[in-house]
Amino acid sequence: MELKQRNAEAGTSANGRAFEAETRVKSNREVNGEYRQLILDAPQKILDCQPGQFFHLLCPVTSKHQPYLRRPMSIYGYFPEKGELHFLYKVTGEGTQALAELNEGDTLNVLGPLGVGYTIRDDWNNILLLARGVGLATLAPLAHEARRLGRKLTAICSARNPDVLMSIDLFTEMGAEVITVTDTEGTSDLENVASIIRTKIANGEVDALYTCGSNRMLKLLQDVGAEYGIPGEIALEQQMACGVGMCQCCVRSFRRSGKITHERVCREGPVFDIQEAMGW
Amino acid sequence: MVNLTTKIGALTLRNPIMPASGTFSEDLADVIDLSVLGAHVTKTVTREKRGGNPTPRVCEVRGSMLNSIGIPSKGIDHFIQNVIPFYKAYDVPLIVSISAHNIDDFARICEEISVPGVDVIEVNISCPNIEEDGKAFAMRPSSTHKVMTKLRAVSDLPLWAKLTPNTGETTEVAQAAQDAGADALVVSNTLLSMAIDIHSRKPKLGNLMGGLSGPSLKPIALRMAYQCAKAVDIPVIGCGGISTVEDVVEYLIAGATAVQVGTATFINPTTMVTLISNLERFLESQNISNVRELIGTVRDNDAADSVVFMEAAP
Ligand SMILES: Cc1cc2nc3c(=O)[nH]c(=O)nc-3n(C[C@H](O)[C@H](O)[C@H](O)COP(=O)(O)OP(=O)(O)OC[C@H]3O[C@@H](n4cnc5c(N)ncnc54)[C@H](O)[C@@H]3O)c2cc1C
Ligand SMILES: Cc1cc2nc3c(=O)[nH]c(=O)nc-3n(C[C@H](O)[C@H](O)[C@H](O)COP(=O)(O)O)c2cc1C
Ligand code: FES
Repeated sequence: MELKQRNAEAGTSANGRAFEAETRVKSNREVNGEYRQLILDAPQKILDCQPGQFFHLLCPVTSKHQPYLRRPMSIYGYFPEKGELHFLYKVTGEGTQALAELNEGDTLNVLGPLGVGYTIRDDWNNILLLARGVGLATLAPLAHEARRLGRKLTAICSARNPDVLMSIDLFTEMGAEVITVTDTEGTSDLENVASIIRTKIANGEVDALYTCGSNRMLKLLQDVGAEYGIPGEIALEQQMACGVGMCQCCVRSFRRSGKITHERVCREGPVFDIQEAMGW
Repeated sequence: MVNLTTKIGALTLRNPIMPASGTFSEDLADVIDLSVLGAHVTKTVTREKRGGNPTPRVCEVRGSMLNSIGIPSKGIDHFIQNVIPFYKAYDVPLIVSISAHNIDDFARICEEISVPGVDVIEVNISCPNIEEDGKAFAMRPSSTHKVMTKLRAVSDLPLWAKLTPNTGETTEVAQAAQDAGADALVVSNTLLSMAIDIHSRKPKLGNLMGGLSGPSLKPIALRMAYQCAKAVDIPVIGCGGISTVEDVVEYLIAGATAVQVGTATFINPTTMVTLISNLERFLESQNISNVRELIGTVRDNDAADSVVFMEAAP
């Protein structure tokens, strides 16, 4: 009798929202010096996802790396027809280093899909997204969804230098107008990005703004959004333990009807109203 | 079919597996079927609304974790209106964990929470007693006795006292809780710990210190559960570092009547479901027909009580 085995399928979800599931690695390749793309062979039931949602990954324990808690990762792509789940990740510490060691055929235990994703309201015909670095991962499914819904999409992609500009092809494929700005070319400063967005707005090409991650982007879109009365959403990050709403370790502060509230990034988020989000 | 039912006082549980306070909520219903659990245990609630501690609130330490979540609470009214009704839909006993920073507030919430739908009150006395020196009630037999006596007088519901490992007087505290009318002991809460980032030289938790939970806590909590089971007649519920069926069986042999599973649920949210089926398989493989046959069967006949109750470096 095998007592140590953990049967992830044992716990069938009561309401079918999220699952602990075993997946198989199809590929785990370097995209460039810093980022890797992980493609998993995933059961159908976990592929009913929304753009902006995330999975909580049980990174493997190896001889070199012993991560303990799960690591949250945005869904970079979900393809029920192919049975695939994609992630785009930056190798930073213990957990992502362990993730980078996964080889084709290895298994990976994932928990999800989790959280509340982006909304695209019916009257938001022109959407603008602002992505930097690995934030592309979070915003890529939004671009897919925008195309599916026949919305016009502008993607501003920001990076340190042109070499690490990823996913431009992906956004172009989605029919987006792609604008790239980089640090090395001196085009990624907030002033310049803000003026690009202002011009778009002036031309009536923006009904909603989307971004993720950074404090700088948040501030920028909050200011421009408030100035022109344009709504927006941001996906936020916070350290997580459980990922499903039980432990309350992932809270952030929000401004809501004149009061400061605390919300769980894993449960009420990770996507929040851009004006309610508070810088950190 | 093996019999997994266990009894804690007058309360019968369909199996001995339940969640630990603070590591479980309604949200887990998104991942597992909550109706299979032995009991439901809620996050500690306080009377007043509270914000909890600064972030980061958790960090990992080689196969275990520290937390300094604190007790963020939406208050007792929100709890009674929203949380209790959710659990009423299940035919599973509801254990509500409460806390307060002084005895009067403790008594007030204990009384106010004794409402239909609540089967047991778990008294989290591992929190600081502001009226004295800020040390947790459960660090000393005297403060344990005082608070439990007061609570016993204001509620007819069973009271489970949740003990802390941050004490040198485990058995005395256990006996004090029993003397004051506790119906069971939950052993134990987290162990006060610390971790520092060597590059930034900053403590890894926003609150500087926090509680250790997960596998590294197990030998400590198991020792305490064993000592408590020896020292009192009321049931002991083991808690600390349980993630495999072997861990569960070990606690039962040490004298626990049931167990609580905490951090393991963060790693594998299906853990409790797996443990229930693996416990059944374990008992079958050992030809044990009733889980209760395991409880307190540790073979320690030769050891003197002085050894069992020793709390000094060996
Ligand atoms: C909803 C969400 C979606 C995310 N999506 C992506 C993505 O698509 N691609 C990607 O590369 N990264 C993403 N991140 C960040 C990613 O979770 C962290 O980079 C990762 O957890 C780092 O783990 P580590 O062990 O390598 O680093 P370490 O620094 O060793 O991690 C130590 C601890 O801090 C936590 N932590 C560290 N950085 C972060 C962070 N930025 N956010 C949350 N927790 C953190 C870790 O989970 C771990 O518990 C996302 C974070 C969140 C919350
Ligand atoms: C994130 C977190 C929050 C907790 N919150 C509470 C709490 O509110 N009340 C309480 O009595 N114990 C709380 N605990 C302690 C657990 O209930 C349990 O006693 C402890 O974690 C040891 O068990 P474990 O090793 O299985 O996690 C918490 C533990 C964790 C990890
Ligand atoms: S990570 Fe546990 S509540 Fe969000």
